[in-house]
Amino acid sequence: MTPMLEVNAVSVRYPDRAVIESLSFSLASGQIGCLLGHSGCGKTTMLRAIAGFETPAAGEIRIDGEVVASASTMLPPEARRIGMVFQDYALFPHLNVTDNIGFGLRALSAAERTARIGEMLALVGLEDECRRFPHELSGGQQQRVALARALATRPRLMLLDEPFSNLDAELRERLGLEVRDILKAAGTTAILVTHDQHEAFAVADVVGVMVDGQIRQWASPYSLYHQPVDRHVANFIGEGVLLPGVVNASAQIEFELGRFDGPTPAHCGVDGCRVDVLVRPDDVQHDDASPVRATVLARAFRGAEFLYTLALPSGQKVLSLVPSHHNHAVGEEIGIRLELEHAVAYVRE
Amino acid sequence: MDFSSLVTAMPGLVSGMMLTLKLLVLAIVGGVALGTLLALARLSHNKLLSNLAGFYVNYFRSIPLLLVITWFYFVVPFIIGWLTGTNEPIGAFYSCLVAFMMFEAAYYCEIVRAGIQSISRGQVNAAYALGMTYSQTMRLVILPQAFRKMTPLLLQQSIILFQDTSLVYAVGLMDFLNSARSAGDIVGELHQFLLFAGLVYFIISFGASTLVKRLQKRLTV
Repeated sequence: MTPMLEVNAVSVRYPDRAVIESLSFSLASGQIGCLLGHSGCGKTTMLRAIAGFETPAAGEIRIDGEVVASASTMLPPEARRIGMVFQDYALFPHLNVTDNIGFGLRALSAAERTARIGEMLALVGLEDECRRFPHELSGGQQQRVALARALATRPRLMLLDEPFSNLDAELRERLGLEVRDILKAAGTTAILVTHDQHEAFAVADVVGVMVDGQIRQWASPYSLYHQPVDRHVANFIGEGVLLPGVVNASAQIEFELGRFDGPTPAHCGVDGCRVDVLVRPDDVQHDDASPVRATVLARAFRGAEFLYTLALPSGQKVLSLVPSHHNHAVGEEIGIRLELEHAVAYVRE
Repeated sequence: MDFSSLVTAMPGLVSGMMLTLKLLVLAIVGGVALGTLLALARLSHNKLLSNLAGFYVNYFRSIPLLLVITWFYFVVPFIIGWLTGTNEPIGAFYSCLVAFMMFEAAYYCEIVRAGIQSISRGQVNAAYALGMTYSQTMRLVILPQAFRKMTPLLLQQSIILFQDTSLVYAVGLMDFLNSARSAGDIVGELHQFLLFAGLVYFIISFGASTLVKRLQKRLTV
């Protein structure tokens, strides 16, 4: 089956620098993808190139098999049959909710238009607000209007540009799941751009971690978290530290924190090879009986748990997630134990 | 003071005011329409179009209105006659109307241009992403929002135009001021008629200006 979106070796260059270099990925029909990265990594530029607001210097973009951008073709945005949700929503302030949602439906008859607007209002749950104007809505409601407006035209591909960044932190995750449900219910292929991994994980089936105009890893949220391909992805996704260790003669990794007995990744080589191993806060457990001691440097209360930042005797820092009944003050020394399930290790250069 | 001569002259003054208002309304409509087209041309990516519009605006803003009025009165009928081969005079009213429209369009253009530029780029992109063409985007998204923002400025400019219509005196058109002046001349009470005319201009302009300020406050809240 043809993928709904294919990006083949696309480069986008500004006069002074290349923003995107030979980037490729694809999305199957109905899949939700995400480009995740810090600001300036090129993710928004990539999205704008897919939308048609940016002309690639090289490469090819196909939507549903149709070439929309290549060396010889450049379809304008209005001819790409896409839907887009903007960071600031860009709702039309002079139109009410109904007219905003119906805006892209000018080609339909009045009856079809009304019916489609009705479907969209029901999908996003805004039937009661249909006569309101954008400034009379909450941020979450505005976002749902933006989503409904973009979905109403039955786009082949939905593009979402940092759609949650204007919302309260607590709203984000809930709305992320809500948006995912709406997109899945509509069966729409979508691509989301964000710098927030919680958002990415909540919404997307597959996430690309972008650095300097390149995708470092294109994988499911689960694999990104548990099998980051390189140090950058490991540092970027989730919390944790890269703990230095040495591979011993029996191919086990020795740390200041103890020994990892599980299988050592093949690329780590043999005796004496120095590696950095990704240690997540939940891999470091509180254990009063443990001979390994660490000093509490800082602590963050998270309700059920404390996230302790600890210093080992060498000064090496580790993070530890500990049930919050273990209440230790900063400066206190506690016992910890390494409980690694599997080692994600990178050889030291 | 004796106001009886004012009362007698009232029908003439009223018809003078009607002419002033007719000229004003038509000049505003034509001026805003032409000014909007000029603004779109100025903002166009087409260099030639945008330079032409820029030249037009700078030219008309650099010459006196009185000159434009007299120029159109004497030269335009000549050009039209030369083009069509007839010798039909187009008359003071229409030559003044065209002069006001073209002159004010230069000022309206700058207001409309600022209004269009004040609408965020995101609105344009949102319209394109929804499949709209350039003209649909302008007509349905940008101009409705821009005009709402510009209304106070356009009205303020139109109040200035209301006062400037009195310049038609130069070509002998009987507007309100000219009617008052000539009626005053006839009865020999010029000062009284001019005072009255001044009062009427003040009440209308100041009243309109106050209303515009109130509107501006309501639009910004």
